Amino acid sequence: MEFAFTEEQAMIAQTVQTFFAENATSERTRAAMEAGGIDRELWASFCEELGLSGIGIAEEDGGVGLGMVELAIVAEAAGSQVSAIPLLGLATAGQAIAAGGNIAQKEQWLGPLISGEAIAAAAYAPALKVEGGRLSGTVPFVAHGSLADLFVFVGEDAAWLVAAEDAGLSVVSHTTMDQTRPLATVTLEGANAQALNFAPAREALHAGGWICLAAEALGGAQATLDRTVQYSTERMQFGRPIGSFQAYKHRLADMMVLIEQARSAVYWAACAVDEGAPEAQLALHSAKSFCADTYFECAGHMIQLHGGIGFTWEHDAHLFFKRATSIRSMMGDGDWHREQVARLTIGEAS
Amino acid sequence: MKLGFSAEDEAFRAEAADWLQGQMAGEFRDIVGIPNLVSKVERRKEWERQLAAHQWSCIGWPVEWGGRDATLAQQVIFAEEYARAGAPNRINHIGVELAGPTILAFGTQEQKARYLPGIAGGTQIWCQGYSEPNAGSDLANVKTKAHLEGNEWVVTGQKVWTSLAHFSDYIFVVARSEEGSKGPKGLSFLLMAMDQPGIEVRPIRQMNGEAEFNETFLDAARCPADAMLGERGQGWGVAMALLGFERGVSTLAQQMQFRNELDAVIEAARANGKANDPVTRQKIARAEIGLNLMRYGALRMLSNADAAGLDGAALTYKIQWATWRRDLGELAMEVLGQAGEIAAGEAYEWSLLPNTFLFSRSDTIYGGTNQIQRNLIAERGLGLPREPRGNS
Repeated sequence: MEFAFTEEQAMIAQTVQTFFAENATSERTRAAMEAGGIDRELWASFCEELGLSGIGIAEEDGGVGLGMVELAIVAEAAGSQVSAIPLLGLATAGQAIAAGGNIAQKEQWLGPLISGEAIAAAAYAPALKVEGGRLSGTVPFVAHGSLADLFVFVGEDAAWLVAAEDAGLSVVSHTTMDQTRPLATVTLEGANAQALNFAPAREALHAGGWICLAAEALGGAQATLDRTVQYSTERMQFGRPIGSFQAYKHRLADMMVLIEQARSAVYWAACAVDEGAPEAQLALHSAKSFCADTYFECAGHMIQLHGGIGFTWEHDAHLFFKRATSIRSMMGDGDWHREQVARLTIGEAS
Repeated sequence: MKLGFSAEDEAFRAEAADWLQGQMAGEFRDIVGIPNLVSKVERRKEWERQLAAHQWSCIGWPVEWGGRDATLAQQVIFAEEYARAGAPNRINHIGVELAGPTILAFGTQEQKARYLPGIAGGTQIWCQGYSEPNAGSDLANVKTKAHLEGNEWVVTGQKVWTSLAHFSDYIFVVARSEEGSKGPKGLSFLLMAMDQPGIEVRPIRQMNGEAEFNETFLDAARCPADAMLGERGQGWGVAMALLGFERGVSTLAQQMQFRNELDAVIEAARANGKANDPVTRQKIARAEIGLNLMRYGALRMLSNADAAGLDGAALTYKIQWATWRRDLGELAMEVLGQAGEIAAGEAYEWSLLPNTFLFSRSDTIYGGTNQIQRNLIAERGLGLPREPRGNS
């Protein structure tokens, strides 16, 4: 038992924090918001230069090994800058293929996903019908769906791969509140689908996705606190820095209390999955719900504590607030995850 | 990062569990699961001595002073198994978890030899003399005075909220030793025997009906000149370091008590059907999540603690657990309904959950109120400007 980063993990954390702080600037994120929500240059340099896109995928499958703790470290750093990259797609689809794909599927897709040549998106798709290996139906709310080359869809008892270029697949993109990860509706009409091994694919997709979102939320929440602390020591009113007023500093303290719990949640869940602990599901549902709520709360405080400037388009506060909003509703909202926690602790409601 | 325990640690767990469960099923079954600190005092003093006799009293201490030099993992395991076995809350927790570690950190070899065996041996119960009628949140405003007379400190003043003083053998007192000094300067940290004519203890009845804490009057109370921990006039540093120990491993044992309380809420909800109510399920889930995050937060801060002590994140722990427990108490009463407002017998005495509900109103006050905690987090954790001070 040693619930602290190893030297290697601390090094990865420092590397990715520096990478995203230097490259995922507000200017570039805003440019990406006008271009479908992905900074392709940033994603290419993340995949090619850092060599961390294969995290959580075994070396024999073309990944770099390591696990969910390292994935969380990366997602936390990416989230702290609201980076416009398809990390969630990789964390969900990549994990699903690695865990539930056959050799041919892994060979075809994992390489391009890890190198950044292909972008993946994944979604829960209970309405899809399969007939003779062909999928039909509509899948709403697919994050980064309009820029994806590959889709992973998870139904109630099956999971599939579908290539974006398939003639039976069409995508309608939507103007979305969080422009760094816009949602699309995917319609399938007899699309060619390759089945994944359902149970392991779904489990890996959930673990990768929930940890990615929870860690992004942690990084984002910490950034809202850091930036607001900075502002509160510079901004003067009544002849004092506003951060010296209790009404102000107590709210910042409350943010730190939540964020430290969120940090425990993310790394508890990541460790529990990596170690195959029996409490992994409890940890994942806890982390997703708690971190998403924490981020939303903190981003809301950031706006309020910045006053008028915090409500402007020019200031970055709304980027955090909107990302937090999307993380809250994505891959199961807080009430749903807490009901799963209740099922695990109390049992089914009768 | 690793959460699992090694085979060696699991062997330690088996040994600890075996011993603890044997005790709770045998000689000490009459004190299983007592959560408060004021009932069956004599039996629980015997339990302290039994722990000590088998070297389970202070496992994290050096072997030289009656401990086992236990690793962090072993201390975590012991706290878990202690609660799992239903062993009662430690009646000498102030000695074992606060006074002892502070003496280990600041005491001279002679002081260690004088005080530690009594704590590790379970024969001397300790209490804490910090708060005064005008030194609560403003703790540095201590007025209790100490001056040297020959080879003795002579101490006069009043302490309040002194938990367990009515059956303690020793008290550590923060007193103003430097005449004319103000605030955190000029205080000294004294270790005093309770059994002397200069000390009078009057119990204070709390809102839950129990009397766990007291007023402690010192009227020319005495202790030897060398019963001072740290340097003369530098007692504030010692007093604050002690509060750091309060956020250390001792939190793990406390969490196991919380686990029992949450389990009791879940049990009550199952029994009366509230467990099917979606709103109640959400609240129980939040409590479950909060308790787990407390556990992993404690493991994280302990794993990250270097020689210099706990990091800034540890500052958030007090308000976190205190608020969690107050919420749990409210949830317990929601689950119990009006049945929770009726005592079992004629006496004004409360079973576990109603008592948690009432007692937890103190959790957000003692050891630094939630408001003071927020000041500490903001000023020390986030580096915000200090609150302007008045001239008192």
